[in-house]
This record gives sequence, C-alpha cells and structure tokens, in this order.
Amino acid sequence: MAEVDVRLDRVTKRFHDVVAVDDLSLDVRRGEFFSLLGPSGCGKTTTLRMIGGFEEATSGKIFLAGTDVTGLPPYRRNVNTVFQNYALFPHLSVYENVAFGLRRRRVASGEIRHQVGSMLELVELPGYEARRPSQLSGGQQQRVALARALINHPQVLLLDEPLGALDLKLRKQMQIELKRIQTEVGITFIYVTHDQEEAMTMSDRIAVMRGGHIEQLGAPEELYERPGTAFVAGFLGVSNLLDGDVAEVDGDYSSVRLTGGTLLRAPRPAVNGARRVQVGVRPEKLRVVPISDGSAAGSGDLNTIEGTILDASYIGVSTQYLVETRDGQRLTVYSQNLETSGAGEALADGQQVRLTWKPQHTFVIGQTDDPTAQGALNA
Amino acid sequence: MSAGAVPIEARARTASGPAPLNRPNLRARLGRMVLPVYTGLVVIYLFLPIAVMIAFSFNNPAGHQNITWQGFTVEHYLSVWGRPDITGPMITSLAVALVSTVLATTLGTLMGLALTRYEFRGRGLTSTLIFLPMASPEVILGASLLSLFVSVGVQRGFLTILIAHVMFNISYVVVTVRARIAGFNRTLEEAAMDLGATEWTTFRKVTFPLIFPGILAAALLAFALSIDDYVITTFAAGATRTFPLWVFGVSRIGVPPEVNVLGTLIFVVAGFFILVNVWLQRRSAAAARSRPT
Ligand SMILES: Nc1ncnc2c1ncn2[C@@H]1O[C@H](COP(=O)(O)OP(=O)(O)O)[C@@H](O)[C@H]1O
Ligand SMILES: [Mg+2]
Repeated sequence: MAEVDVRLDRVTKRFHDVVAVDDLSLDVRRGEFFSLLGPSGCGKTTTLRMIGGFEEATSGKIFLAGTDVTGLPPYRRNVNTVFQNYALFPHLSVYENVAFGLRRRRVASGEIRHQVGSMLELVELPGYEARRPSQLSGGQQQRVALARALINHPQVLLLDEPLGALDLKLRKQMQIELKRIQTEVGITFIYVTHDQEEAMTMSDRIAVMRGGHIEQLGAPEELYERPGTAFVAGFLGVSNLLDGDVAEVDGDYSSVRLTGGTLLRAPRPAVNGARRVQVGVRPEKLRVVPISDGSAAGSGDLNTIEGTILDASYIGVSTQYLVETRDGQRLTVYSQNLETSGAGEALADGQQVRLTWKPQHTFVIGQTDDPTAQGALNA
Repeated sequence: MSAGAVPIEARARTASGPAPLNRPNLRARLGRMVLPVYTGLVVIYLFLPIAVMIAFSFNNPAGHQNITWQGFTVEHYLSVWGRPDITGPMITSLAVALVSTVLATTLGTLMGLALTRYEFRGRGLTSTLIFLPMASPEVILGASLLSLFVSVGVQRGFLTILIAHVMFNISYVVVTVRARIAGFNRTLEEAAMDLGATEWTTFRKVTFPLIFPGILAAALLAFALSIDDYVITTFAAGATRTFPLWVFGVSRIGVPPEVNVLGTLIFVVAGFFILVNVWLQRRSAAAARSRPT
C-alpha cells in the first residue's frame, strides 16, 4: 500500500442548513492523479477548499502526509491550488505571479530567476515574463496559474475545474498537457471536475460524489465496468438497467430472473443477500442478431434477450439501436460497423432481434427506489 | 477647485459621442453644431469664475477692492509670501486638509473593508448611517457640533476643526472606497494565502495595490472638501482662522489680490493631480484593452 498524502477522516461541512459535505472519508495516495467527479452542487469544491484551508470543516479531521492540518490557515499548508478562474494577480507581471510563492519564502533573487525560468519552460511559456495576465489568452493564463502553484513543490496540488473556461479543443490539449506535467513533477494531483470523460482520461482513481458523499471510488475502468450504483452507472456513460430478482447464487456468479421472465447470468451481487437487483450492461457490449437467422436461442454461455428494433441510427463509427424487449424495457445498443459499409445495411425498424452479451460484462446493482438515480441515466 | 474636473470629463465625453450621419443638408449641419456649442457654453459657465480669479491675481488694483482691471503685474506672486495674515490661515487650512485627509482616508478605508467583507451586528445600520453626514445640511451639522463641543467643554480651535473635517470626510471616503472593494475578486486573496502569504502580506501585496486607485480618489476628494469648507468650520473654529474663513472675513472690506494668487496656485496644483489621475486611468484602461486574441 502506497503512502497516503491526503486523508479526510469523517469530514462534514455545513453552511447554515445546507450539508455540503456529509461525513466524507477519503485517502489519496502519494503521486496519484485523483479526481473528484460529480454533478454541480455535490460538494466537490467544498471538499477541495477544506483541503486547501479556505473552508473550515464543521467536524472531522484532515491530514496532509500524516500531519493533522485541520485548523491550519492556507499559508501553513504545503498545498497549492489552481483556481477555476486562475486568480492571477492582475497588477503583477507573469514573472512576479510565478515568483510570488518563492518571494514569500525569501528565496534569493538569483534562485528565483532560475526557477521561474525553468517553470515557464515546463508550461511552455518562456518569453512571457513581462506580460500582464490581461495580455494572455485563457489557455496561457491557465499555464501561468499552474506554474505559479507548481513552483512551490507542494505536497499536493489542488485543481478546481481548471479547464472549465477553455473551449473543447484547447481543453483536450490541456488534458494531455496536465497529465504530462503531473507525470514529470510526480506531485499528487486532486482534480475536481463534472466532466466524466475528462476524469476518465487523466485519473488514476476517481471518487464519484453525490449529495456530499462518495458514491463510489475506484480506477476509471473499475467504475465504468462495475459501477456500484445506478447513479454511477448513469454518470459514467450510457448504461442499460433491467429490474430483476436474484434466483440463485453459485460461486462468483448468480442467476437473475428479470421481471419479464428471462434468466440472465451475472457476477454475484456485491451486497450479499440482496434479492431485488438491477442488472446492467453497457451498450457497446451488446451484439445484435436478427432472429430470422434461425440461430438457436440461448446460445451457450451468453446472456440473451429478445426484442424489436424501435429506432436505428447510423452515426459513422457505429450504428445505434434502440431495442424494446417483450416486457417493454428499452435497451440502447452501440453496434460497431465492422462489416457494414453504409446506412442501408443497418437493421431496419421493426426487425425482431436477439441481443447477446457475455455474463462477465454484466453488472449487478442493489435495487434503489431513488427516482433521481433513474433520471441521471440519460445525462 | 473640484470644478476643474467636470469640464475635462465633459469634453472627453462629447469628443467620443455618437458620430452624426453624413447628410449634407442644413438641418444636419445645424444639428451637428448643437452639441459642441452647448458643451462650449457649459465649459465657459464653469470656467468663468476661475478665469476671473486667475486674471485678477495679475491685477494691480488702486484701492482695497480688486474688482476693476487696472493693469498687469506679477508683484502679488512675490508679495503674498510676506503677508502672514494671509499665509497663516492658508497654512492652517493646508494642515487641516492634510491631516484630516490622512485620518479620514485611513479610517474610511478600514470601514469600507469591514462593511464589504464582514458580517457583523449593526452592519446594515452602519451602512445607512454613513450617508448621514453627506445627506444632512452642513449648517445643521455645524450647529450640532458646536453645541456638542460647548457642552463637553472643549476649547474650540485647530483640534475641533480637524475633528469636524474627519467626520464629514469619512462618509465620502467610505462610499468611494467601498465601490472599489465591491468589484474586487476575493479569490485573489485566497490565491495569495495559498502561495504562503499571511493575512498582512496578502493585504500589502494584493488587496492594497488593487484597491489603491479607489483610495487615491477618496483622498483627493477628502482633501478638496476639507480645504475649502466654510460652513462647518465656522462653527468649529473658535478663534482659529482657516483660509476660507479669513477670505470671507476680509471680503467686506475688499479681497486683496494675494488671495487670488493663492487661489490660482491651489487650482494649478489640483488641476495637476486631476490630470495625473485621468492619465493613470487612461493608461490602465489601455493596458486592459491591449489583450491579444
Ligand atoms: N459559501 C457557501 N455558503 C452557502 N452554501 C454553500 C457555500 N459554498 C457551497 N455551498 C453549497 O454547498 C453545496 C456544495 O457546493 P460545492 O462544493 O460548490 O459543489 P460543487 O463544487 O460540486 O459544484 C451546494 O449546495 C452549495 O450551494
Ligand atoms: Mg465547484
């Protein structure tokens, strides 16, 4: 187990009657790119601000590299922040902005010149020393903000939606750039975003947040392939969820009978003894076969479900189908256009089809009656 | 003195005003005349008293009254320095203005910060009451100050004038500085502390430089208000004479041209500060515009 850089121990933050962060515990490992992901208002910024020292926890403790920093002001914590709107000092040059932290620590001016120079090189902005922040583009300001924080070699770098103000193309470019810089300097990054793709691209681990607590924490592929809740399943990409009951558990697998009667094989539920469950499968894991092919039903080990195509849309790299099962449940299918070469070859609306997928691509979620979880599915 | 600022702004505004349509008929041409002529008249209206004051500082009057043009001389620019009856009140006025400006600007800035930054009991009430000295008639303020000083038993003089001036200046400073602080981004202070600056360093390196233009404007205003205040000063002065009190006192016999000389000098200095202020603002506005795409 790697060393822990940041530990939140049952941290709660209340603003009057709003509970922004609710009894949250969390370990961030040294050198890791860690993301807090969740919809707006779920408490990401508040969590980050408590680590930075800008917000005082109502209860709970915060540790930095094993030291309790709960009551310390920001300038006593070896943490730096890249703020959402950069917060560059408008009255100072790029050079003085980047040098700000070193000057506070009374570093000799020759040393400052050297370090600012190499820092601006790292963020690919050499030659911009004399500019004012107002004379820089959004992407350049972003880089200055990063240099200004990293020059202090913090234990942890906190980033609050740092790419939120950039356009899509620049954002993609900066994602790669940020990841490169993080690997180069080897500093722990805690990254706040509401963009699941951004989090998946960059992070070693992600904490999906909702309503002030962590819904699920894990590596990107873990969260995607084995979401623990309907909310996580819906927040990270599109998923198909079907209601059912656990009929039997044997070894690592279980049999689930859907409300329509179909029997599926799936990994055993994480929550032991859960009977009412939802069975999920990602749209790209499904194979769609026309029933008129006459292939035998229930072919081998695959999960199978039959239905009718409601809608087919050809979108180049894939064709997207909406399929309705006999008992009225709808599934989305992404079918890669491996063999087809045009819209004309896609299956037509109204076609009877059989959907098949491997049991290990199935995930099981303990049943929730939370309507908001359903609403998030198509987000 | 503060009147000098108005025509400069007025002129700048008409210069960049809406460009009239280029239709070569009489109506349009007349229409194009209206704004410059109107502006010219306003400028003359504002400047005429000042022009008269400056002109008569060079007059060589026959008797006590410096009201008819007798001939040009610069003699009063030299003789004024040998008239302690004039320079004495002037020095008092300058001292009051300087000290009250420093005190009112310091206190007013801190108060402006407190009122915009912190939630505390009585904040709303203070915000409202701060307007009171600006809103109430000077003569009433002066009279109540007088009765206060008398009932407390303070000897009236320099100190009571100073107290009075700090009092009415604070309101103006608070209002001016608060406008600047309201537009200030608090995240900048968090960024400074994040980078290792204590509260005090943050104020020195970030907050203060950024609200400084507001503080400077407030100080200029306070100085201008203080140096020519007459009404409140009358009540607070006792036997002490400030420049306005002295001028008013002698105006019944006749104002000597040396008064015009001092007035002209003050006008020149004030005008210089206003021009510097305008230049600074233009420069920072230009810097903000020169952002590359
Ligand atoms: N200073 C504050 N005062 C009152 N409520 C706040 C404050 N900051 C955040 N909140 C509330 O706390 C909740 C979480 O906010 P935030 O941490 O900013 O969410 P996120 O960054 O995930 O969008 C929201 O309901 C928000 O309205
Ligand atoms: Mg946020």
